Amino acid sequence: MSEEVMNELKKDHLYSLILKNQRADGRGFEEGRDIVIKTDIIEKAEGSASVKLGDTYLVVGIKIQPGTPFPDAPDKGVIITNVELIPMASPSFETGPPGENAVELARVVDRGIRESHSIDLKQLCIVPGESVWLIFIDIHVIDDGGNLMDAACLGAIAALLDVTVPAKRYDVGEDFKLPIRDIPIAVTAVEIDGSIVIDPSTDEGRIAGAKLTVTSNIDGSISAMQKSGVGFFTPEQINYIVDVAIKRSEELREKFLEL
Amino acid sequence: MDKPEKFITDGIRLDGRKPDELRPMKIEVGVLNRADGSCYLEFGKNKVLAAVYGPREVHPRHMQKPTTAVVRFRYNMASFSVEERKRPGPDRRSVEVSKVSREAVEPMIFTEYFPKSAIDIFVEVLQADAGTRTAGINAASVALADASIPMRGLISSCAVGKVDGELVLDLMKDEDNYGEADMPVAMTPDGEITLLQMDGNLTKEELKKALEMATEGCKQIYKLQRDALIERYKKDIEEHKEEVELAEVVAESEETIIESTTDDTDEVGGLHNE
Repeated sequence: MSEEVMNELKKDHLYSLILKNQRADGRGFEEGRDIVIKTDIIEKAEGSASVKLGDTYLVVGIKIQPGTPFPDAPDKGVIITNVELIPMASPSFETGPPGENAVELARVVDRGIRESHSIDLKQLCIVPGESVWLIFIDIHVIDDGGNLMDAACLGAIAALLDVTVPAKRYDVGEDFKLPIRDIPIAVTAVEIDGSIVIDPSTDEGRIAGAKLTVTSNIDGSISAMQKSGVGFFTPEQINYIVDVAIKRSEELREKFLEL
Repeated sequence: MDKPEKFITDGIRLDGRKPDELRPMKIEVGVLNRADGSCYLEFGKNKVLAAVYGPREVHPRHMQKPTTAVVRFRYNMASFSVEERKRPGPDRRSVEVSKVSREAVEPMIFTEYFPKSAIDIFVEVLQADAGTRTAGINAASVALADASIPMRGLISSCAVGKVDGELVLDLMKDEDNYGEADMPVAMTPDGEITLLQMDGNLTKEELKKALEMATEGCKQIYKLQRDALIERYKKDIEEHKEEVELAEVVAESEETIIESTTDDTDEVGGLHNE
């Protein structure tokens, strides 16, 4: 993926703002952007959601069909997560097979959902060893306004909550809602010149050194973490980000009660 | 192997280690002829090779950066490295491991010294037994030093996990497969974190403790890496002993000169005020 060229003046401006404890869009360091989540927006999909996080916009569609289980988990459903960074979303996205950023995004979203045991995969077994439900989570980024990670995680769990398993269509019983037991929420923070800011915008993401995504659960425990970017974090910074992430995830989880 | 009933009995793990004990690590420096730097590393049953090429020309050319070197990291698992044959070539897991591994070592490299060039790191996993990415990063870091790539320091890496509700250092295969959490970490000698991943379930308090355990583990590994490099270059260090000492003396005297210059400036300033 080619990097976008960024005006040096703009970079300097962002750095100098950070030094003054300010951000370009006027937010505080621990303040996230506004979020709008809509579900059931694609009738053809078994579950769907759109997420607007600041300027970022993405759509998540979930398709469900019967298939063969993995040999090491014959009685469990299968989750397959994919992220498409389509060229319409950003001048730096190109056509072709998923690059490392798309793969990383998908795998971090997947890990959050899988490791929180959010979906009761045992209830997605049709015939043990032969047939289970396959859950395809496809995330399409439509407009890259920064922090795709958090938006993608929100979209995935919102769409999962919307899923009805189409059992009738495949003649294996009655349709049922997907058994969801937890709402894992990812919160990303970045380090800019020694300061930590959460929910980075595109520009902030571009000048950031290290990034850290923390996915936490209803009970306040952590189910996934991922550091990325060329930079460092001290253990103190990590503990701080975890605190902030858990707090913000609690606020965001309330959004789901409104859905 | 099925899930063991207990991972820790009387404070001893399945393979006889204590909770805060690393698996044995063996490091050999400069094992390849063609590469600019290389390292063979064993970490428990993991066997990995790392090779470094560069700084060299960037192919394809459009990847080159005008002001810094590009660092590329390819983590690859041999098809015979695991129980069931792995299909050769990159999969989604190895793409992600390559990305985070690159981001673990790149902050230590003075990339600004080599604009328009590439530093290529290749890690080949010959045998895998949990913790291959940490083994790969440890080997890559040593191979970079062996290739004389200017660096801020070495990166050391190990994982902390949770089994039987207890935190343990450096998971082996069964602990990884059936454990409750796995958290690979990579650190600079100063304890700054350049790699951090986690999956499973940890509380805030456990995470804090896990980071402390990882720091201790990385410190031990750092020593092994350093010793391996010194062992490899013992002869050169001995041969150039006088030059090394001279360089140290020069460096010291330069510091003194700088200090005294600063003093002078103050005095000059004082004179002007008069």
